[in-house]
Amino acid sequence: MKMELIQPFINAADAVLAQELESPTSIGSLTMEEEAYRRKGVAALVWVTGDIEGRIIFDLDPGTAGRIAAHFSGTEVPESDELVREAVCEMANQTIGNAITALNDQGFHFRVHPPVLHTADHGPRGSEDTEALVICFETIAGNVFMNIALRYNRRRQGERAAVAGE
Amino acid sequence: MEQFAPVRRSKDGQPVRYLVVDDSVFARKNLARMIETFGGQLAGEAGDGMTAITEYERTHPDIVLMDITMPQMEGIEAAEKIVRSHPEARIVMVSSVGYQENIVAALQGGARHFVQKPVKPEVLYEVIKYVLGEDGTVAHAAGAGV
Repeated sequence: MKMELIQPFINAADAVLAQELESPTSIGSLTMEEEAYRRKGVAALVWVTGDIEGRIIFDLDPGTAGRIAAHFSGTEVPESDELVREAVCEMANQTIGNAITALNDQGFHFRVHPPVLHTADHGPRGSEDTEALVICFETIAGNVFMNIALRYNRRRQGERAAVAGE
Repeated sequence: MEQFAPVRRSKDGQPVRYLVVDDSVFARKNLARMIETFGGQLAGEAGDGMTAITEYERTHPDIVLMDITMPQMEGIEAAEKIVRSHPEARIVMVSSVGYQENIVAALQGGARHFVQKPVKPEVLYEVIKYVLGEDGTVAHAAGAGV
């Protein structure tokens, strides 16, 4: 997976979290996930299709999710509340929207699908094509994990190359 | 959340009425809270473009805050349909996807402005005043923050 694809997502997550939490964030770790994805807590999944395709998962333990929802909404939210799950989905939506905006300005075209809650405990293992990168953002509310598995759409790449070669 | 000098309707001094359209309940609640700090009133809510159209017909709001990526009918199409029937409709698109094609499509569809998420209250407040133009008045209430 090319870093040029990942960097806009890192920048966007950093910006969204810093703005909503009114506090800087830092990257705690950046690892390739070789095993099947295992959900940590409240997780939102967004599919991206177009010139680049794949999925991004935001995953937070329930305590962190509750604290982030409270920051985002400016009011206490019980950990079990539907609003906590909505807040995680909205955070994913904002981050991916901002990243897609940056990538679109570089000439990539996408369709972003609305975030959905990822409720399964496990996900499919990444392949050579869709290896997953996990970035841990350390925030004042706790750790936020962003799990990205994206690849260039080869068919679209071929079409673009053909058009360029004409 | 910061309190702003209330924005009222010039014609009758009443609070500005808003229709908030977003598929995220959380985002709608957040926008509703911001509207409150602007001295506005929530006229209605919708979670998709289809419902937005029926809610517009029912509530006739002064301003619509409309998300773009939504199930069933996306925000740009809903905005076009509302403006076709109500050319006076004031629609502000509020979306995290802010690339140029999207903004141009929204404005061509009849939206008056575009605000990118995450929404900064002070930015939305200025956009609301701009979009209302002479139809809105800022009431300088005692204790107002801006």
